[in-house]
Amino acid sequence: MPSALINVPAKAKRGSVIEIKTLMSHIMETGYRHTASGDVVPRDIITSFTCRFNGTEVFRADLYPAIAANPFITFFTTVTESGKFEFEWIGDRGFSETAQASITVE
Amino acid sequence: MKIAVCIALLTAMAGTSLAAEIPLSERRSGYSFMSPDTRAMQDEDTANPGMLFVLDGEALWTRKAGGADKACADCHNDARISMKGVAAHYPAFEKALGRPVDLEGRINLCRTNHQQASPFAYESRELLALSAFVAQQSRGMPIAAGDDPELAPFVERGHALFMQRQGQLNLGCTNCHDDVWDKKLAGSAITQGQPTGYPLYRLEWQSLGSLQRRLRACITGIRAQAYDYGSPELVELELYLMSRARGMPIETPAVRP
Amino acid sequence: MANSNHTTRRTVLSLAGGAAVLVIVRPVDATPAMLSAAIRNVVGEANVHTGKVKLDIPPLVENGNTVPMTVSVTGPMTADEYVKSIHVFNDKNPQPNIGNFYLGPRAGRAQISTRIRLADSQKVTAIARLSDDTFWSATADVVVTLAACTEEAI
Repeated sequence: MPSALINVPAKAKRGSVIEIKTLMSHIMETGYRHTASGDVVPRDIITSFTCRFNGTEVFRADLYPAIAANPFITFFTTVTESGKFEFEWIGDRGFSETAQASITVE
Repeated sequence: MKIAVCIALLTAMAGTSLAAEIPLSERRSGYSFMSPDTRAMQDEDTANPGMLFVLDGEALWTRKAGGADKACADCHNDARISMKGVAAHYPAFEKALGRPVDLEGRINLCRTNHQQASPFAYESRELLALSAFVAQQSRGMPIAAGDDPELAPFVERGHALFMQRQGQLNLGCTNCHDDVWDKKLAGSAITQGQPTGYPLYRLEWQSLGSLQRRLRACITGIRAQAYDYGSPELVELELYLMSRARGMPIETPAVRP
Repeated sequence: MANSNHTTRRTVLSLAGGAAVLVIVRPVDATPAMLSAAIRNVVGEANVHTGKVKLDIPPLVENGNTVPMTVSVTGPMTADEYVKSIHVFNDKNPQPNIGNFYLGPRAGRAQISTRIRLADSQKVTAIARLSDDTFWSATADVVVTLAACTEEAI
């Protein structure tokens, strides 16, 4: 299973805005490269990233081959209650990975 | 024939007379030559893609392998304690072989001798991950390689390779990395070639890579025939470079452009 | 497709270990028509205004393979007024799209960061869609240099 790094503060004040940082292991093969013998190296990228909080989508991204290898994505969200963030990466060749992080509202 | 030899000797001597070891106070990590954006990538673990390999290495550390069905952790326990400072002393002298081995070589010796498993391929994700995980335990510690007296002849050989002009461009490592490290080649900083952060994440590679990979790329850059992965020459070069960087802190997993 | 077989020094890379050699044949750049079509896909017939969007990207990058980029949009982030989405485009990669980022009122702050690939020196454009379905944009020029000693096919 590929590694992912998630940075979510463990605690935050209710109503505060927090930054979430995510880093996912992936080659992000563009589909525009060729081998020495001229064959196209088939595209193999993550196409979609979603973050849900307690089941509700709070952020989503469509990714293209122009996103660098090992996609790094950061965004912000408002903390409303204690709960669980779920992260999902979906891509070519059936790529599908998830990660979770909990936050406690003080 | 005689003339050719003389010219070769002269150019070799010219190289020697210019080069002097960079004093400790002037030694600079490749980090200091980077743009603020690239530095930021190394500074924060969550932003550093090299950390993904460290995480993989941490998982491999406890995974049983080979005929012995043993994991690294079965002998070495907690790497945070047992591997602390270890990478700062590599390449190290291996008595059984009578020559130095680098960290990757040591990991593969462990695989074959103690785990009875097949060695990992050079630059394989597993070998990079394990060596990154082990070296990261020395992050911030000063490099102390090459002190073992048994290593002396190998350090000297690495030094000779570092000084030796070769390839179609007829350049030695020293001609760039001792003599003009404060200058630029095309738009890029030349740097001192201090191996403080290996294995490291190169933006060019979009992956982690070993010091041997970097050396081979450099040798190809001067249009010379690159030594094979695992060859004594590359290990001797690694050893000399690490002893040349003595006292500089380990940065693994570093990020470089 | 006239230049599809044109391989320059900077497009030749080798894979880890040198086991396999990959030659990047640079495909034809995205054309202005492709770029405008990609933008039309997002904004429809709406006008795109300049302003409100800040595109933070280094003007000179050390390697086009991994270019850090931050897009932020000024203005309120309330239940009534907020940024719906941010769309990023380029004009010289083989494909004009870079990424679409869907926010919403609870984002609290309309700012995203990622790392992108730029095949060459070129313009990057970020377009934000606000809750009133107006579109705002910013464009930045990026010069891509290349490390002097890149790996080549051996």
